[in-house]
Amino acid sequence: MKLKTLTVLCCLLFGVVLTAVSQEAADSVIAPDSAQAVMLPSPVLRLSGEDAPDDHGHAIDLTWEKSADDGAGQMNVIGYMVFRADSPDGPFDARSDLLFGVTEFTDAGAMNEGENDYMPDHQDYYYKVRALTADSAVYADSEIFGPVQSYGQWFNWERLAVFLMVAGFLFLMIHFIRRAKGGADLYVRRLAGIEAVDEAIGRATEMGKPILYVLGLGTAADIATIASYTILGRVAKKVAEYQTGLIVPCYDPIVMTVAQETVRTAYMDAGRPDAFSEDMVYFVTNQQFAYVAGVNGVMLRERPATNLYMGKFYAESLILAETGVVAGSIQISGTDEISQIPFFVVACDYTLIGEELYAASAYLGKEPLLLGSLKAQDYAKAGVILLAIIGFISLMLGYHGVVEFFHVTG
Amino acid sequence: MMVFVFGFAMIIQYFIPHQASEWVNAFLMDWMMIIGVFALALGIWSLIKVSWDKIKYKKPNWEYAIVTLAGLFLMIFFGFDYFRHFSTPIGSDNYMYVHFYRHIVIPIQSTMFSLLAFFIASAAYRAFRARSLLATLLLIAALVIMLRFNPLLGPIQPIMEKFSVWLLNVPNLAAKRAIVIGVGLGMVATALKVILGIERAYLGKD
Repeated sequence: MKLKTLTVLCCLLFGVVLTAVSQEAADSVIAPDSAQAVMLPSPVLRLSGEDAPDDHGHAIDLTWEKSADDGAGQMNVIGYMVFRADSPDGPFDARSDLLFGVTEFTDAGAMNEGENDYMPDHQDYYYKVRALTADSAVYADSEIFGPVQSYGQWFNWERLAVFLMVAGFLFLMIHFIRRAKGGADLYVRRLAGIEAVDEAIGRATEMGKPILYVLGLGTAADIATIASYTILGRVAKKVAEYQTGLIVPCYDPIVMTVAQETVRTAYMDAGRPDAFSEDMVYFVTNQQFAYVAGVNGVMLRERPATNLYMGKFYAESLILAETGVVAGSIQISGTDEISQIPFFVVACDYTLIGEELYAASAYLGKEPLLLGSLKAQDYAKAGVILLAIIGFISLMLGYHGVVEFFHVTG
Repeated sequence: MMVFVFGFAMIIQYFIPHQASEWVNAFLMDWMMIIGVFALALGIWSLIKVSWDKIKYKKPNWEYAIVTLAGLFLMIFFGFDYFRHFSTPIGSDNYMYVHFYRHIVIPIQSTMFSLLAFFIASAAYRAFRARSLLATLLLIAALVIMLRFNPLLGPIQPIMEKFSVWLLNVPNLAAKRAIVIGVGLGMVATALKVILGIERAYLGKD
């Protein structure tokens, strides 16, 4: 029995010793690998920097040539780290980690003093770029570049094409307005939608029912809403003359305030200030579908003879227009929202498509000043078509200069 | 005069990226927000006045005006909730405020939005009736677009898909771009007319 126990103990002891020896042997095999040193990479070359162009300042563009060991040579560069200091002696602060292969970086800081990462303009900065390896202790720094300063520009050259187009358009407008004032006969094609407005108001008068005017979901700053005010003014004047009812539910309180003034003035111009009531133009809500519910409710309760939708519309356009169909109203719409135009075309009797909404004011007024601007628009369109053709031909010939000039990025 | 000065200032600002220009832009945008807040008060006053008149003079469907005013004042009350009877957080985090918004306002708005599906169907029915050559073309184009992913078409399906892509990328996109260019020029023209004082309807002037 004792012998058996002794044998088992000896076996266990042997097993433990064997395991320890084999572990030591294994360690001795791994050791040479872990000790294998990562070789020092080549540093990046030709580090340079300059103020970032066409911006408000507080940013510096850096470029460099990648390390010889980035994607080639020892293939041991895994990324770069950009450092910045206020003096060539440091201390350098890390600005960004970049992946291998990257050869440029914009060091942009905050604009206002007191903000985190504030980067004052007109101050000397020094940069260096570190080529990193898998071993954090093995890296190579570039030569220090500097001093370089950031500063804001007074003209965005990226927007030169826009500037020239606006200036050219302004010149065209002034030219045609002067011509129109001089008595030149400027032809404006017929706008069926606008011509139908009088007919629609007459229909409402005959039926003894009100006219519903919807200014859309735009704000007072939207051009479509501004164009809509002009049409509203004309409609309100006619309504006042015919002594028909007018309902203008508004989505935006500022739009409501302006619309109230427009309608009030129209009633005064028509010689019927007593007929004006502020309740004609009222605020509903600035929640899209709650507004739709409110306007649809008015349509179904009041059954207006005519519905006019002029301005900016989104998903509610079809809900409004289809409810108008159910209410049996004659409907005229106008919007510059391309995605909503098909809905209005389908559901309304007349639709002003895109620019026709803006042209409506000139068409209604027939004033030389407004007609002149309309004519300038036509010539500008011809200019755009011509430029598109020139761009197309130049691309076909392999010249990208024209297209690049009009490519606004900044 | 003010429109002219500020209008031109904002046009020039667009071309000047300098910090001073950005500061002017931010300053004027802040003013827009401030004016917006004051205008909101006017809007709420208008809503209260119109609703109150409906109730006072028992106009048709005046009962709905009570619901409107009740909703308005309840939400304002819960929004401020200084008494904290209902929950601890105040403002838009108030329990009742959030509850009313999530469980009343959002479902009602979703319901309104979902009506769009039915209206699209009824509008499509009217639009796609082949009464003329143009309406027939519209019907064919719509059918091609709608059926382009239908696997039941078998070998015709890839042809339909290619044709629909052509329809969307060539005639449709060309028409869209024409409208976009027109709209863009129209916007610039209207903006310049406003700045130069040619268009004054937004001031309530003829």
